[in-house]
Amino acid sequence: MMLQRKNRLRALSLGAVAVTGALALTACGSDDNGDGGKASGNPSSAAAGSIKCDDAKGQLLADGSSAQKNAIDAWVKEFSRACGVQINYKGAGSGAGVTSFNQGQIAFAGSDSALKPEEVAASKKVCKGGQGIDLPMVGGPIALGYNVPGVDNLVLDAPTIAKIFDSKIKNWNDAAIKKLNPDAKLPDLKIQAFHRSEDSGTTDNFTKYLIATTPDNWKYSGGKAWQAQGGQAASGSAGVAQGVKQNSGAIGYFELSYAKDMTTVAINTGAKTPVKPSTDSATADIAAAKVIGTGKDLALQLDYKTKAEGAYPITLVTYEIVCDKGNKADTLPATKAFLKYIAGEDGQKVLTQNDYAPIPAEIIAKVRTTVDGLS
Amino acid sequence: MDISTTTDAPPPTPQPPVAEQKRAARGATRPGDRIFLGLSRGSGILLLVVMAAIAVFLTYRAALAISDDHGNFLTTFEWNTNLTPPSFGIAVLAFGTIVSSVIAMAIAVPIAVAIALFLTHYSPRRLSGPIAYVIDLLAAVPSIVYGLWGALILVPHMDGLFGWLNDYLGWTGIFSWEGGAPRSMLTVGILLAIMILPIITNVSREVFRQVPRMHEEAALALGATRWEVVRMAVLPFGRSGVISASMLGLGRALGETMAVATVLSPSYDIQASLLNPGGGTFAQNIASKFGEATPLGRDALIASGLVLFVITLLVNGAARAIIARRKEYSGANA
Repeated sequence: MMLQRKNRLRALSLGAVAVTGALALTACGSDDNGDGGKASGNPSSAAAGSIKCDDAKGQLLADGSSAQKNAIDAWVKEFSRACGVQINYKGAGSGAGVTSFNQGQIAFAGSDSALKPEEVAASKKVCKGGQGIDLPMVGGPIALGYNVPGVDNLVLDAPTIAKIFDSKIKNWNDAAIKKLNPDAKLPDLKIQAFHRSEDSGTTDNFTKYLIATTPDNWKYSGGKAWQAQGGQAASGSAGVAQGVKQNSGAIGYFELSYAKDMTTVAINTGAKTPVKPSTDSATADIAAAKVIGTGKDLALQLDYKTKAEGAYPITLVTYEIVCDKGNKADTLPATKAFLKYIAGEDGQKVLTQNDYAPIPAEIIAKVRTTVDGLS
Repeated sequence: MDISTTTDAPPPTPQPPVAEQKRAARGATRPGDRIFLGLSRGSGILLLVVMAAIAVFLTYRAALAISDDHGNFLTTFEWNTNLTPPSFGIAVLAFGTIVSSVIAMAIAVPIAVAIALFLTHYSPRRLSGPIAYVIDLLAAVPSIVYGLWGALILVPHMDGLFGWLNDYLGWTGIFSWEGGAPRSMLTVGILLAIMILPIITNVSREVFRQVPRMHEEAALALGATRWEVVRMAVLPFGRSGVISASMLGLGRALGETMAVATVLSPSYDIQASLLNPGGGTFAQNIASKFGEATPLGRDALIASGLVLFVITLLVNGAARAIIARRKEYSGANA
């Protein structure tokens, strides 16, 4: 009897813990919403004066690339403060974003790679009379962060990078690295190359660079999954950056925002001075990109082999994907106003503050024209 | 047991009419009874329906994926669902799942049993309450928190242990270390051991607490020391309970996702050494690959989930068999 009552008490207290836990969680959840609601009720706030809302209203759902999530979040904060439109960008990954877009669940998708032909074909069902198009909005350098005691200005070139990440160069005092860094005191230290453990657009873009510049040293087919053997895998850019910070002898690749408090590799591209990753050097690289999209599609072909001064070659461009024609009537005004804002000067300025690279003037001008013509 | 004894003595009341007697014998006349019967039967059926639905869903999607697999689903050492032709296999995942769980069990079970024995038979009563409470708290920590703790605190502090193992046991091959960051199966096993410790401890403690006082006192009366009491009265009585507790822990270790995904450095090859990074587990692989998975990729992950489901069923079946075999020796059913 005693035992029973004890158990019941325990069950009750467990239940109570669970309930309070759930309450606490929902409280956290609703906090966000409350914030958004408050912001939307207060449209006359500063800093948002230049955003044209037109007749944007309601709520937008969007999903896609996690690489541009921070940029979108910064934009959404400004935009919803100005126009009272709530935009819910999930950042579940480029693949998930394109899938939801082609199922008509979201107003626009973010993606690290341009739509494939079969995805364009699928989008025609959702975009009545039109198709899905790629609009480059966010650029970013992929930095190579490293942790080698006593070495501050490491310079590498594409073949060396490929060999390091393919476990062909295993020690920091390797002759190939010495040749590129004649003045550095390279220690006798095992190299630990960190890559992403999950499929990722960052991996895709990084390996695209290696495939384009040094196919002899990087014989893999590329893609979002890491294919080389050896090295260390960590989950997320944050995990890779953490791994590099924790382990002496480590090197890893991630977006610039994760590289703030570490040393980054300058790339010897063949230009006079090796190039460090920065928002400016990435924009300089994107400026050399070719538009390969047809019609209103503005998909870009990046020039990984660039030798231009100050152009950082390992760069990614992420797109917003919308219908050129046949966007849903209830979400079109808000989508258009939001895209106008992010492609505008103020929107692109927000990017630099968040360690992303703005899209160069010539290309962003085309994006603005296309956004104006969305219907 | 009690019910059968009461029927021996019929109450000396006047005999009710025959029809009423029959109804009383059937017993299910009151609405409360009927509702309760319906609810409990419904719950039982619901459980079966849910299980069947999960099994059908898993099998269907898994069959879709396996039919498209150009590798051998059981022996291929890669997981490339995006390539044409796709090629993926669960060999590495099955190996990693089992190895990490075995390490966790080898560490956690002895410690958990020792803690439970201490709490029930050695510690002063005033101390055992707070300790039990702290262990309960350990069980309530979410696994991602264990993962973060593992990645930020445990991994950087494993260097010493790994170096020692490499120096003294490196010749076995199982404990050789190339000096990479210690994000390996052994670290995962240690983290999992910490995670499953509370559940095994709690269940074992409850079992040990129910050892009949008479058994212990009898042993003491025969001149047994406290250790002999534990060995002869407590452990045999609790054996099946400890096995059940371990299976609960093993279930958690087999299915642990976020903690493994945060700590392990996964790859699709099997490392002979437990100290070198590499390998993977089913749940970790699903968590890593689900975000960017294509439809085929999802089906492939579901197929791997089905294998985990089967492994868990086998483990549970084995545990039940062990418990059933030991039933006659244990006092749990007395």
